[in-house]
Amino acid sequence: MEWMAWTWPTAVFFIIIASTLVVFTILAIKFPETPRQGVLGMETTRGDRLFITLLGSAFINLAWLGLVGAHQPYALIVCLVYAIAVFRWV
Amino acid sequence: MNKTLNQKAWFLVLPVLLLVAFSAVIPLMTVVNYSVQDTFGNNQFFWAGLEWFDELINDDRIWDALWRQLMFSAIILCIQVPLGVFVALNMPKKGFWASFCLVVMSLPLLVPWNVVGTIWQIFGRVDIGLLGYTLSSLGIDYNYTSDPLAAWITIIVMDVWHWTSLVALLAYAGLQSIPDAYYQAAKIDQASRWNVFRYIELPKMMGVLMIAILLRFMDSFMIYTEPFVVTGGGPGNSTTLLSIDLVKLALGQFDLGPAAAFSIMYYLVILTISYVFYTVMTNMDKKEG
Repeated sequence: MEWMAWTWPTAVFFIIIASTLVVFTILAIKFPETPRQGVLGMETTRGDRLFITLLGSAFINLAWLGLVGAHQPYALIVCLVYAIAVFRWV
Repeated sequence: MNKTLNQKAWFLVLPVLLLVAFSAVIPLMTVVNYSVQDTFGNNQFFWAGLEWFDELINDDRIWDALWRQLMFSAIILCIQVPLGVFVALNMPKKGFWASFCLVVMSLPLLVPWNVVGTIWQIFGRVDIGLLGYTLSSLGIDYNYTSDPLAAWITIIVMDVWHWTSLVALLAYAGLQSIPDAYYQAAKIDQASRWNVFRYIELPKMMGVLMIAILLRFMDSFMIYTEPFVVTGGGPGNSTTLLSIDLVKLALGQFDLGPAAAFSIMYYLVILTISYVFYTVMTNMDKKEG
């Protein structure tokens, strides 16, 4: 694994992503849901909303880095608010 | 009668999963690992945190390359899509000439990318290239090695030459799938040529056109070989597109950390645009269905 240049923070990052995907897969099997139409006017499933959340969170972190440039962990609070909004209204 | 639920078929996709893991997921994870570290070789890494992201996001060089890339993609889409549709509309529908046109249209797609670059690099040269020599003989000041506008025109015309036939072939396939009954109904209603295009052909082609736009956008957004062979990103940085800049950073300067951070941001932009296209396409399919 040395060639992959692992660090603890990146390992934790990927463990969280992988765990989230596993949890959502289990949820999809145990509690199947029908797609719903949200504020974007398109049908989304739970998985779609997770994807939008993860992608949007990456951009929020980059925007925070570019615009604020300090206290990066606070960007995660914005991401959390964004995630709640996506799962509630999208 | 109760059917037995059997999920064993999922094991059949295991080989694909393994293949994707080795060819895409693991390299991507490695890039993420590199993006937060610095290395001076010898497989020794030093933690850098978000420094590379911070440096790149506040670097005009990256933003300039991004705008150039977006402009390049927008220009080639604006030319290739209407031109491809126009060519498809004028291709013979059946018989020998239809097959002949299909073969001729496929030819540019079969030329390897670096060969396309070399063809246009020579073609545009003022001393020996047919295009460059002819233009300079006509008194037109054309030199893609020193004039940014000439360099841009050359790489755009080259891309149009290489890829318009893909749009034309997809649009042609869309046109061929329209049943004759639609045209007969239009004839009975004495619809004009424009109305036939507007209300029959264009809506029926929309699905394949979206695929064509997606393919062309993705490909043009990631283009490297052809413009690199022709202009090498110059004159100056005038044709340095994102991928050319990335290669300069990763292989020219061997800055693996910044290059990895650059790759991730590049990937995020492509992923977002692909998702938007995918969503639009699937929504259109649902509406049609």
